[in-house]
Parts: sequence; C-alpha cells; structure tokens
Amino acid sequence: MVSGGEVKLFGMWASPAVRRVEWALKLKGIKYEYVEEDISNKSGALVQYNPINKQVPVLLHNGKPIVESLVILEYIDEVWKHHPILPKDPYERAMARFWAAYSEDKVALMCRDAVRRVFFAEGGERAKAIECLEETLRALDGELEGKEFFGGENIGFSDLVLGWMAFWLGVSEEVASFEVLDPKKFPWFTSWIDNFLQVPAIKENLPPRDKTVAFFHGYRRLHLAAPNC
Amino acid sequence: MATAEKGVVLLDFWVSMFGQRCRIALAEKGVEYEYREENLGDKSPLLLKMNPIHKKIPVLIHDGKPVCESLIIVQYIDEVWTNNPLLPSDPYERAKARFWADFVDKKVYDCGVKLWKLKGEAQEEAKKEMIWILKLLEGELGDKKYFGGETFGFVDISFVPFTAWFYTYETCANFSVEEECPKLVAWAKRCMERESVAKSVSDPHKVYEFVGVLKKKFGVE
Repeated sequence: MVSGGEVKLFGMWASPAVRRVEWALKLKGIKYEYVEEDISNKSGALVQYNPINKQVPVLLHNGKPIVESLVILEYIDEVWKHHPILPKDPYERAMARFWAAYSEDKVALMCRDAVRRVFFAEGGERAKAIECLEETLRALDGELEGKEFFGGENIGFSDLVLGWMAFWLGVSEEVASFEVLDPKKFPWFTSWIDNFLQVPAIKENLPPRDKTVAFFHGYRRLHLAAPNC
Repeated sequence: MATAEKGVVLLDFWVSMFGQRCRIALAEKGVEYEYREENLGDKSPLLLKMNPIHKKIPVLIHDGKPVCESLIIVQYIDEVWTNNPLLPSDPYERAKARFWADFVDKKVYDCGVKLWKLKGEAQEEAKKEMIWILKLLEGELGDKKYFGGETFGFVDISFVPFTAWFYTYETCANFSVEEECPKLVAWAKRCMERESVAKSVSDPHKVYEFVGVLKKKFGVE
C-alpha cells in the first residue's frame, strides 16, 4: 500500500463515478478511508467540501477536497506517479481524454446520457433512444478494434472512465428490459467488457449485482413517477 | 485518419467561444498556425474526416493528426509547447483549474442559449441561473488579477471568450453583468489588454448581430 498523506473518499455504493475513483486508487495501491454518503440526507462534510454540486465522489487529500471524478483521476495520476493511468505522449493523452469526454459529455448526449435516455424512455421514444445508444456503441467498438483495452495492452484513463459501461449498462438492460450488448454487432466492445471485468482491481471492486439491480429499479420507478425531479 | 501535412491547422468558426479558446492558447504560446474558417451549414470534407464522431469545430490538426474538444486541445497545446505554462504546476491547483474550466463548460453555454432563445418565465429562470453562475465564477476569481493568480491561465482561457456574449445576454434578458459582477467585468477588461485575447475574442456587437440571425432562424422574436 502506498501512502502520501491522508486520503478520504466520500462515495455512494451504487455510483459508477465513485467506483471509477476507487478503481484508480486500488490500481495504484493507495490507502484510503471510504465514507458512505446517504444521498437523500447529505452530510455536512459533503456540503462543505462540494458546495457547488453537493455530489459524490469527493476526494479529500490532506484535508483538501477535489471534486468531479475525471478531475480526481487526473489528480491521483499526478500525485501518485507509479502505475500511470494517462499515457506520457501528449497526443495519446488527448485521445484518452477525448474518449473519457465521450463517456460523460452531456451536451453532445454521449454514452452516459444515451443510456439514461433508453433507461427512462417509454413507448415510442424507446426505439429512437436505443438507436442513439447503438451509435455510441458502434463508435466505441470502432475505437477498440485490435485492442484489448482503450489504453492498449493495459487499462488506462479511458477504460476507467468508460468502465461503468462494463457493469452498469448490463444492469440498466435488466432493469429497463432492453438489450444492446450484442457480440455480433459490437464484438470488440463486448470483448472489452470481459477483459475489463477480469482486471483484479476492477473485479474486486464492483457493487453486488442483485443489490444494484434492486437499487436502479427503485431509481427508475421514482423518476418515471416524477420525471421533472 | 491523418493527412500528410506538417504544421498546425485550426478548423474553426469565427464566433465560436470554443474555437477562440484554442486561438488564445496558440497565441499565448507563440505557435504559428493556419486558421481555416468552416461553413457550419456546409462542413468541409476535412472537418468530417478529422472529427467523424462529433463533426464539430474546433479541431486542431498537428502534423496531420486531429485533436478535438476545445479544453482537450488547450491542454494538448500546453503539453506540446511548454513555454508559458497555462496550467499551474501544483497538482491541487491544477485540479482546481480543471474543475472551474469544466464548470464553465457545463454551465455557461447552455444557460446562455436559454437567455436568447427563451422568453417570459423560462427566460427569467435562465437569467437567475446565469447570475448564479457568474457570481460563483466571480467568487472564485476574488481579488486576483486572473483566475490563475498573477498568471493568465487555463480557467481564464476557458471563460474569456464568453465575455463577448455578456452584451447579448444582458440585452436579451435585461440585466447588467457589471452591476451583478463588477469584478468579472474588470477581469474581462484586463484580459482584453492581452494581445492573444484581443485578437481572438469577438466584438460583442458582432456577437449580438450573429444571435439576431440565429433568432430569426429559430423563429425567436
């Protein structure tokens, strides 16, 4: 285990953004204290350390807060330089950041929002939402061609950021009764899921599937009942 | 995906705040480049080839290889040309800079669009949101010369192109940025004294004219 000051992570067990930070910490062997936050009743600490968004994850390093999971990942990589997550070459770094942004970009409605849309779509909207999601999977599949991971031979920044899809997309499929993970349509992406989930730091740090499915059933029901919340 | 060309090309659109970030960064570093104006209604084959996924500007093409997304481009520029660093050297300060640049990205543009596109109650809500966003940014700036402290940097570059849109926001939604956030306006003026900014950021009246054209196109009064 590597130390380097006191590290605390405020998280929520079902949150993919929190897990990606934990994966990074585990990969680098960084010792940390985990604090589970009750999202329905946010602690004073969370509000104090992330007053703008009041969200997890929050990483506290020697008492100083860092928020936004992608910012946290870059911070971790810069402070603990062994087992690098981002490549050294500036162009490779730009590519890694591009695919990370592809996961998260709300404006362009990329992966995370594409999944969200299918997850909450009802009736006629569903087919269109699935088409959008399949477009993103096609792009990811194309990028993975010939590679084991987005990072090449080893997992890297893009894998950690996109990694939620390896687990939470399957959960979403089950909860919202849809199917997109077709090995015939997306052979590289579906292989990547298997490769990613085999990495020990990942495999040993996933939430329990049944509990996660139950949680997202509840989350979906709540949202469909009150869509503007 | 790459072309055979050596050198730096920027595919851009004159009024784009995102493109302007790249222009400012290149100018701050003294990098020579070829600027190519895109017609967004009729995108060039080069743009479609260099950014097949999003088909958007800006795209930086360096020795034939494309880099997309403005903040990714600015970081790339900072890492390739290491004179005049745009990000601080301390990891915690860098994390704060990334947070605020990301905040600008996530909040300012969308809210700004609402201000000129919407009317009535919805516009009022957007106005309140914009004032909240600007006050938060002003809080982060504090009494510093720049967001980067004494040095003009990443957050300044991320946000300064949006200052050309203040006049449009104010006029469409009827409020004054200077009244609400005088320190931000003073900061914007300081930034405009830099050649890189003055040459890159649009004239506020030209922005207003441009939005006028957009409004007609979208059928907004």
